[in-house]
Amino acid sequence: MTAPATAASAGGSARTARGVTRGATRSRASVVFDIVFSVALFVGTIIGIVALALLLWTIYDRGWDRLADDPIAFLQNFVSRRANRAGIKAALWGSIWLMGLVALFCVPIGVGAALYLEEFAPKNRLTTFVEANIANLAGVPSVVYGLLGLGVFVRFMRLGPTLLAGALTLALMSLPVIIIAGREAIRAVPQSIRLGAYGLGATKWQAARSLVLPAALPGILTGTILALSRAIGETAPLLVVGASVAIFQTPQGLGDRFSALPILIFDWTQRPQQAFAVAAAAAIIVLLAVLLAMNAVAIFLRNRYSTRW
Amino acid sequence: MSASPLSLDLSRKPRAGERVVIGLLALCAVVSIATTVGIIAVLIFEAIEFFREVSFFKFFTGTKWQPLGDDAGDYGVLPLLGGTAMIGFGALCVGLPLGLATAIYLAEYASPRVRAILKPTLELLAGVPTVVIGFFALNFITPSLLRPVFGEDRVFIFNAASGAVAVGLMILPLIASISEDALRAVPQSLREASYGLGATKRVTALRVVVPAALSGIAASVILGLSRAVGETMAVTIAAGNTPRLTVNFFDSIQTLTAAIAQTVSGEASAGSARYLALFALGATLFVLTLGMNMISNIIIRRFRQEYQ
Repeated sequence: MTAPATAASAGGSARTARGVTRGATRSRASVVFDIVFSVALFVGTIIGIVALALLLWTIYDRGWDRLADDPIAFLQNFVSRRANRAGIKAALWGSIWLMGLVALFCVPIGVGAALYLEEFAPKNRLTTFVEANIANLAGVPSVVYGLLGLGVFVRFMRLGPTLLAGALTLALMSLPVIIIAGREAIRAVPQSIRLGAYGLGATKWQAARSLVLPAALPGILTGTILALSRAIGETAPLLVVGASVAIFQTPQGLGDRFSALPILIFDWTQRPQQAFAVAAAAAIIVLLAVLLAMNAVAIFLRNRYSTRW
Repeated sequence: MSASPLSLDLSRKPRAGERVVIGLLALCAVVSIATTVGIIAVLIFEAIEFFREVSFFKFFTGTKWQPLGDDAGDYGVLPLLGGTAMIGFGALCVGLPLGLATAIYLAEYASPRVRAILKPTLELLAGVPTVVIGFFALNFITPSLLRPVFGEDRVFIFNAASGAVAVGLMILPLIASISEDALRAVPQSLREASYGLGATKRVTALRVVVPAALSGIAASVILGLSRAVGETMAVTIAAGNTPRLTVNFFDSIQTLTAAIAQTVSGEASAGSARYLALFALGATLFVLTLGMNMISNIIIRRFRQEYQ
């Protein structure tokens, strides 16, 4: 703050006397304003973090005892009308199945699309249209993807409210995010690597498969895991597709009806009994633990395998 | 081959089998177009069916949303649009000042070390599932924040204010991150010129850097609003399910998205007006958010060209 202030008085003295006094008084008041302003900015920044801390504390405060009391029963019991007996088994396994299936559908298609758009696509109107389209899809509200799943997978393809319909819906929702992350990772691979391969007589596909894709893989994986962790926390699309809470078995196959952690949390949160709010908080702890573990893996992969060119 | 300094293609011509592989990759990219076509087709076809039973005019001018049974009742979307507007406005009241303060602090004031701590922490907030934010709104924001401040009897247990605060917290990281990028894109020379004229850091930030980044900030705000309008779970849990035209933030309301969530929870039978109304609501939501996203994209594209 001293450097600009000195500059101010120096600049002022070269002008009229009136300019000097005005500059001097202003700088004294502005010192106060400067401090107030920077404090206000800092407080504004901290409020977001305080909110996050309060959120985590609220959930810990409500749910930890319920979870820690008998974690095995909580993870191994199915839902129940009695809140203190209810567990999350079907929902937890439903979410694990969904995660696996979404990864299975999304990763090949997402990476393929990213590779095509970055390495092979001709620069023409169609490509521009596809790119704009992907950007727009990433902004479509998740509940609208649910309506797509309901209209196409559940009704039109007659899959019913099954695990497969839910997984396909979440996969379509996650795809734009994975494509965008994949393209960024592929774009970060320097051109010299491709040119070196071409100099040795490689085709575009050989260069892309043997050099570009392996080099971009850590970035692609990181983006994919982050997209999956978002998908696993999504409630609205599954609700619309028809995920249900009253499921008393773990999924056996793609055609089974299913539950999922966010769906269960939503159901328990909406019940008037306080004991269900406590159970919901305990289930949130499990969900957040899964998300945190996924994010940790993503960060680990990024730090361990990322290359600086 | 984007961003190549060479326009020459130096690779060997693809072999026969490779054309097939490239074709398959292209097919992957086409899935995204199929998704868009699918969304638009489902929304349009089912919405047309809906408007056969309920007139288009009645839907957009009706002031009462009260589906009864499968086919009877009132299908006026205005109360839901009103609820959505309240959440959008309230969320911006929270998210815009906090997000902008965060962006200016991170871009102009924070030391690299402080920034390295604050930025990932805020990204954590962005990663919290919306249903969890809804739980927080219902179990903390309303009972421990709104009720003690504004009075137990004035604040209903489900209220628009708690939903708006929750959604505001959700869009805060988005507004902060895009605005910060915009502020950082302002060339250093502008700041130095301002310092050279005797301006302090605050004056430089407010009179030079923020105005220069204004289009990017505007884009972030529109994008945040679009996200707030499309948000489902937090508002369904916290803001209630009472469609009504009101401006009282302490009342229970219903948004477009919450109406969709409520209808599907109630198992409306396929083909009924109540079921088809889902898609009319979805189409309205889709057009609203798509419009805002496109405006935001146009603004971002313009502002990128400014300093090149």
